[in-house]
Amino acid sequence: MHDQKKLDGFEAIVLPQLSAAYNLARWLTRNDHDAEDVVQEAYLRAFRFFDGFRGGDARAWLLTIVRNTYYTWLSNNRLRDVSASIEDESWDLESDAPSPELNAINTSERDRLEGAIKELPAEFREVLILRELEGMSYKEISDITDIPIGTVMSRLARARKRLQQCLANVLGREA
Amino acid sequence: MNCEDTQNLINAYIDAELDLVRSVELEEHLRDCPVCSTDHENLQMLSSAIGNLRYQPPAHLQKQITTAIRKEAKSERKDVTSERKLRLWSWRPVYVAASLAFIAILSWSAIRLLSIRSGNDLLGREVVASHVRSLMAEHLSDVLSSDRHTVKPWFNGKLDFSPPVQDLADENFPLVGGRLDYLDNRPVAALVYQRRQHYINLFIWPSTGGSDAPSELSSQGYNVVHWNSAGMACWAVSDLNKRELEEFSELVRSRFAIEN
Repeated sequence: MHDQKKLDGFEAIVLPQLSAAYNLARWLTRNDHDAEDVVQEAYLRAFRFFDGFRGGDARAWLLTIVRNTYYTWLSNNRLRDVSASIEDESWDLESDAPSPELNAINTSERDRLEGAIKELPAEFREVLILRELEGMSYKEISDITDIPIGTVMSRLARARKRLQQCLANVLGREA
Repeated sequence: MNCEDTQNLINAYIDAELDLVRSVELEEHLRDCPVCSTDHENLQMLSSAIGNLRYQPPAHLQKQITTAIRKEAKSERKDVTSERKLRLWSWRPVYVAASLAFIAILSWSAIRLLSIRSGNDLLGREVVASHVRSLMAEHLSDVLSSDRHTVKPWFNGKLDFSPPVQDLADENFPLVGGRLDYLDNRPVAALVYQRRQHYINLFIWPSTGGSDAPSELSSQGYNVVHWNSAGMACWAVSDLNKRELEEFSELVRSRFAIEN
C-alpha cells in the first residue's frame, strides 16, 4: 500500500518536471543520447530517495539530482565526453511560437548563440541555463549548485560577457 | 550611480535580484548614459534570445522513465512480498513475538539513527557537496599518486595534523591521490580512492570524540559512511553502492586500528 502511494506521489510530483530535467541534462551533456541516459538515471535515483523528499520545490530537488548524476556520469565517461563535444549535434530545439525577440534574430545567429553556450565551461553553462531557461533566482541556483550567491552572480556576468564577445567576434569577422 | 557601479550591478538588475533603491538609481543612470543604456539593451536581447533555446524531451522518454520506475517500484515491492510469504510459514505465536521484537529493534535503531542523523546531517550534506565539487573538472586531487609515501608527506606543512594514509590496492581500492579540502570550518585531508569507475573521497580531520561505530547516511544519490577513530573524524563518500562502501570503510578502520 505504501509502495503504491510512493509511486503515485512520485509520478504526480516529480514526473511533470521531466522537461526541466531534460533541458538541463541536454545542455550539460550536449547531446541527445547522453542526456536521455543522465535523465533516466537521475529519475531512478530520485525515486529511490523520494522518501527523503520533504516537500517544497520538486523541480529544484530533481535538478539537484540531475546535476549530481551528470557529474558522476562525467567522471565515469571522461573520454566519451571529449568525443561527444565534437560530434555532430542534431537540431531539435523547440521551434513553435517564436517570440518577437527571436523574429529580430535570424536563425544563423541563433545557431551561433547555441554554439557559444556549448563552448562555455560546464560550471558557467549550468548557472546560465538555470537562470535563463528555468528562471531560477540566485538563491535557488546557489542551493542547486552549492556555490555562494555572489559566485552565482559573477559566473552569470562572466558567462554573458563571454557570449557577447563570442557573438561579436563572429559578426566582426564576417563584416 | 556611475558607469562602474552600473556595470557591476547590471546583471543583478536584469535578473530582478537588485533591491528597489539601487534599481531606481540604476534606472536613472541608464536614462542619462547612452553607453550603459546600450549595454543594458544588449544584455536583455541576449537574455531573451537564450530564453528561446530550450530543449524538449523526446516523446518516448517519459514512457521509458515511467516504465523504469514502475519496474523499480515492483522490485522493491517483491522484496516485501517474499518476506510476507515467509512469515505465513511461521507459527503464529512465534510470528507475533518475533514481530514485537522486530518492532522493538526497529524503533530502537530508528531512534538511534535519528539522533545520529540530526547531529551529522548538516555535516553529511557538506561532505557530499565537497565530494560532488571534487568530481568537477580537475579538482579531484592535488597530489596524484598511488604511493602512500608520496601522498602522506605531501600534507606536511599544509595541515596541522598528519592523516593516516593507506594504499588499499591489494583490496581493489587503489589510492589515487590526495587533496586539501575545507569542512566543518577547518582544513581537512581528502584521500581519493577508486573502485572500478567510482571514486571514493575519504575526508579526515582531528575530532574530540572517541572511537565509535560507523553510521550511514545517503544524500542526493550518494552513500556516506562516518565514524570516529583514534581522535580522527572520518567520512567516506561515494556513488559506489552501500555494501562496497561499507567494505571500504571497514578496511580503513581496521588498518587504521593496526597502525595506532
